[in-house]
Amino acid sequence: MNSAILGTINFFRKALVIVELEIRKMRHDATELLMRAVQPVLWLLLFGEVFAQTHAIPTGNISYLDFLAPGILAQSVLFIAIFGGMSVIWERDLGIIHKFLASPTPRGSLALGKSLSGAARALTQAVVVYILALLIGVKLNWNPFALLGVVIVIILGATLFSAFSLIIAFLVRTRERFMGIGQVLTMPFFFASNAIYPISIMPPWLQVVARGNPLTYEVDALRALMLENGTSAYGLGMDFAVLVLVTVVLVTICTYLYPRAAT
Amino acid sequence: MKIIETNALTRRFGDLIACDNLSIGVEQGEIFGLLGPNGAGKTTAIKMMTTLLPPTSGNATVAGYDIVHHASNVRRVIGYVPQLLSADGTLTGYENLLIFAKLYDIPRRERSQRIHDMLSFMDLEDESKRLVRTYSGGMIRRLEIAQSMMHRPKVLFLDEPTIGLDPIARRAVGDLVVDLRENYGATIFMTTHLMEEADLLCDRVAIMYKGKVAALGSPAELKSAIGKEGATLEDVFVHFAGSELESEGDYRDYRETQRTRRTARRLG
Repeated sequence: MNSAILGTINFFRKALVIVELEIRKMRHDATELLMRAVQPVLWLLLFGEVFAQTHAIPTGNISYLDFLAPGILAQSVLFIAIFGGMSVIWERDLGIIHKFLASPTPRGSLALGKSLSGAARALTQAVVVYILALLIGVKLNWNPFALLGVVIVIILGATLFSAFSLIIAFLVRTRERFMGIGQVLTMPFFFASNAIYPISIMPPWLQVVARGNPLTYEVDALRALMLENGTSAYGLGMDFAVLVLVTVVLVTICTYLYPRAAT
Repeated sequence: MKIIETNALTRRFGDLIACDNLSIGVEQGEIFGLLGPNGAGKTTAIKMMTTLLPPTSGNATVAGYDIVHHASNVRRVIGYVPQLLSADGTLTGYENLLIFAKLYDIPRRERSQRIHDMLSFMDLEDESKRLVRTYSGGMIRRLEIAQSMMHRPKVLFLDEPTIGLDPIARRAVGDLVVDLRENYGATIFMTTHLMEEADLLCDRVAIMYKGKVAALGSPAELKSAIGKEGATLEDVFVHFAGSELESEGDYRDYRETQRTRRTARRLG
């Protein structure tokens, strides 16, 4: 029992060392994060302002920009996470990953740490989206518990899609193929979700796809927590349950694929 | 007890037998060299001993631990410097050491002292706050060796430690290998394709060719074994491994070459 507890502590401590490593890297190169922030800005300012004029999309009791802001936050989390796998391909082409795998670090800590570092990057994007949302008059909820909830949802969402990205990276193994697949996958995740329009306006078959898309639950939770008049369509309990479950499954798969990177 | 013992260690990749029934024993405190041309199976052998690659058959122990069944114990007592570039260029030298100090469970109170000692041993103190991508090839190699020595491993595995380095940096790494044994009492297992390097540094060498050990012994023994006056280790090598250039390539060759060149370019 005692050794199980020590093992668990060690597992999470080592994962946090990996996160620390990634945060240190991020600090040395902040330009990439700034570049990444351009995309959500464009979506909110261009796409958002145009569609807010048309009143074509039914968003219930909130304005379209209010509706869109959590969707764009989720999108920027998705985009920054989905290309995270690129770094392990890079680390494998060099010998960095080999050195980590020859160290006593548990494989699961490497997988979880790498996935969690996507969350660290995603949180920087959240700051940008919040500032922008404030500027364009989105009615944000500043309740500290709601903010904490937003942070947790972002961490879960980013970890989930980072783990997904790592799995793809371990399977395709080359940068070129990864870039191709990354592009192909982000679009369906984004458009087959409730990020920029409600699921109710979709054709039935696409509604089924969207209900199976973890991004939908991330957006749903963000919409409930981030906005002053926000509500959740599926319930926060359901949203969190789906996000936690999918994250655990993906990080576990990632743990088993990690050692293959050194062979 | 031998510190490394391999027993018919074999690894196949499809039809290719990259490492074929490797059986060697390395004594504690030895500098042992695994020699061979590119593609002889040296890296495959070292990857199995460092638990990165499971053997297809056979087994091996490192410091008494089985590489398959007690892999995590093995990882605790070894240091490994891959052939490829393994220090992170986007971190400082200090940070590269700090992260590994944490991953190897060096207690917090000893951490900064250990890092400091390693930096000074490797003569990298003045550069420790600089990003590693600004380092020279020789400095990167020294940092990588520092990373894998901080936890005082019983065995240090060096895969082609001097690849891509200029002669002066190569000499420095060679001296360092000898110093590591003197100062830290580590057993050193290295691969190289440079004969003079092996001759200079290694107590014993195994010459590997097409996945098999073609000869094993001290450089002096091997030289006298081929019965040629004034033989060099180069002659020994040609004697056992043949002088033919690698004739047939396979799908792994191109990638290997690409990687080796890239490493060389980054270090050079």
